Amino acid sequence: MAFAVPKETYSGKVFELTIGSEKTVVFGGENVLPFNAFEGSVPNRPLIAYEIQDIPPDDWPETVRKVYEGVSGNPVAWAKYCQDTLNAKAIALRLVGTHPDRNNYSPEEAAKTVKDVLAAINVPLIILGSNNADKDSLVLVAVSEAAKGKNCIIGKAQEANYKTIAAAAMANNHKLIAMSELDINLSKQLNILITQMGFDKEKLVTDPMCSALGYGLEYTYSVMERIRLAALAQNDMTMQPPMLGDIGMYVWKVKETQAPESDLPSWGSLEERGIAWETATAGSLLLAGAELFIMRHPSAVQAVEKFIDELM
Amino acid sequence: MALTGVQIFKLLPKTNCKKCGHPTCLAFAMKLAQRQASLDSCPDVSEEAKQVLGEASAPPIRPVTFGAADKAAKMGEETVLFRHEKKFVNPCAFAVEVKDTMSGDEINKIADDVLNSEIDRVGQKLRVDAVFISNASNDAGKFESAVKAVAAKAPAVPLIISTSNPAAAEAALKLVAGKRPILYGADESNADAMAGLAKTYKVILGVAAKGLDALSTLTEKIKGLGVDDMVIDPGSRNAKEIIQDNTLIRRAAVKKNFKALGYPVITFAQRDDKMLELLMAALGVAKYSSIVVMSSIEKWKDLALFTLRQNIYTDPQVPMQVEQKVYNIGEPTPESPLMITTNFSLTYFIVSGEIENSKVPCRLAVMDCEGLSVLTGWAAGKFTASKIATFLQESGIEKDLKNKELIIPGYVAILSGAIEEKLPGWTITVGPREANALPAFLKSR
Repeated sequence: MAFAVPKETYSGKVFELTIGSEKTVVFGGENVLPFNAFEGSVPNRPLIAYEIQDIPPDDWPETVRKVYEGVSGNPVAWAKYCQDTLNAKAIALRLVGTHPDRNNYSPEEAAKTVKDVLAAINVPLIILGSNNADKDSLVLVAVSEAAKGKNCIIGKAQEANYKTIAAAAMANNHKLIAMSELDINLSKQLNILITQMGFDKEKLVTDPMCSALGYGLEYTYSVMERIRLAALAQNDMTMQPPMLGDIGMYVWKVKETQAPESDLPSWGSLEERGIAWETATAGSLLLAGAELFIMRHPSAVQAVEKFIDELM
Repeated sequence: MALTGVQIFKLLPKTNCKKCGHPTCLAFAMKLAQRQASLDSCPDVSEEAKQVLGEASAPPIRPVTFGAADKAAKMGEETVLFRHEKKFVNPCAFAVEVKDTMSGDEINKIADDVLNSEIDRVGQKLRVDAVFISNASNDAGKFESAVKAVAAKAPAVPLIISTSNPAAAEAALKLVAGKRPILYGADESNADAMAGLAKTYKVILGVAAKGLDALSTLTEKIKGLGVDDMVIDPGSRNAKEIIQDNTLIRRAAVKKNFKALGYPVITFAQRDDKMLELLMAALGVAKYSSIVVMSSIEKWKDLALFTLRQNIYTDPQVPMQVEQKVYNIGEPTPESPLMITTNFSLTYFIVSGEIENSKVPCRLAVMDCEGLSVLTGWAAGKFTASKIATFLQESGIEKDLKNKELIIPGYVAILSGAIEEKLPGWTITVGPREANALPAFLKSR
């Protein structure tokens, strides 16, 4: 029996996003499942952004905190270090300091931080709130305005606060991350709600919510696969924005990235284990369909970049 | 691919004799299509029909087991391309490479590492499953001694013996044939001799060709020579080729029922850069490999890969569960708080993780709710006041506590009165709804 190549053709295509103003980066745009270039087009590499924040990373484990010692006290220095020394292709600034339980920075303070960081870098910037729905709807409005004209990604809009955040992103011509909690239908619904406000669906990034290896990764993995299949096979336009894997914040709080080898000898070296956890989490979601990643450890970023080199 | 009732009907005697217990041949055919009847109940069926129906009902990827006894690794039997459709069946086996050019000490060290690789995670024992011994020296004698050394050190571990030299293969097989190893290395040049060895020593044959066309031709030839159990290698070595070949093989087998590629796939993931090797192995786990060969064992890498394999091969319909008991987090004293949650593994991981983050030593009572989360467990009547009370009383935890206080999840605040009634003398405190509020809650107490 002769072998007939069982190729698939899809009617749908993932939207292509361009971000940044001085140096721009493009991601998404493929019309096949992840890296199946043998039956279609995969025009762009997935993009990895380095995560920085507006306050020192005291709650990051030692393995990743020490990498940024000397620069992480100041978001501008931190951003420049990522861009100039680590060759970051994009930077994700998380404004955790605005959270009411943290430093409770005002929207004006956050806007100033964003302006300072933007003035110091030329790669694209992703601006994230503190994941407090009420505070984010104030902070992200202020920072959207502060970053006007810089073609950033703003996030995250959730069911509870999408209206104000989407309106601000739209008014200032930014891209927008829409996050829902590990359910393809919730994700679709939020994208529909946001586009019904007049927000361009081709400027959205879907965040179906990340989870770390060993801590529910299979849920994120399968939701991403199902979203991508809906986008391609069913040509479902509401599922065609690129997807985000917000890896670092989920990985660097689990036990495997923190427990010393002396406590758990069978787990091996803590340093490599932490990096491996971030690497494997990102690598799996790369295969599930994510196109945009937010990561912390340079060694993990470099490993995933090498993997992408081989996959492209 | 399964046949429809009508296709099956055409193969039946069409006598409507009712000997099978069904009123007509068509009714019987319909039951066969739904796999609710067996062809054996028809006394008049032809040999041809038996063969066609037998082949059609065989799994699209042949089940193959290598190794023996409790360390045997099952492969194949997969039926889908995406894990949300149906559970991936037989988890990918991890093998580590031993080269016959290594010193005796190096070989012993790897065999030792394999033996010590077992880790317990969520109640499952996970380990490096096999050793891949390669004839890098091209010398039959060296190969034989390497196989002998591994078999002596790790007698129960399944082996993959890799050589394309039939004479070297035979010498090695004589040492380990009873353990059902894989003989990897059959190709277009040596297929007859290798197939002969596989038949003589009753081992699984690893078949390699460059490209899926050549590979299909070769497996058909070898099957024709009388070898049924094979694992296949399409020759892809970089990530782009692997994802292409493995995807096409799985599709051809599952969607087209193409038997010539309906075998477990072996993937070579060796890289000098260990983080990259981790990712190559992850590619094998996620994208359809049944065996992944690596160059080394590192505990941190094993832990990440074992966990990933467990995640990907979890049944999407059955929640992962942890054992019902009271877990100590940190080193709790009699004054430390006692909290309760359900045994859905994700709930347990997240709650215990946040307690650890708080650095406050605690006891966490994890109650069997058949793997449901707190709210669904409550809604399904599994996480109720009386069941919580019974569990705590039977756990005997009371004797370890100074204050009889139980912290319950905020989502089931409604239960606090009822639990207090069932547990006289206890104080019930309502904790936060979400686990991420636990550190603040615990630190503020």
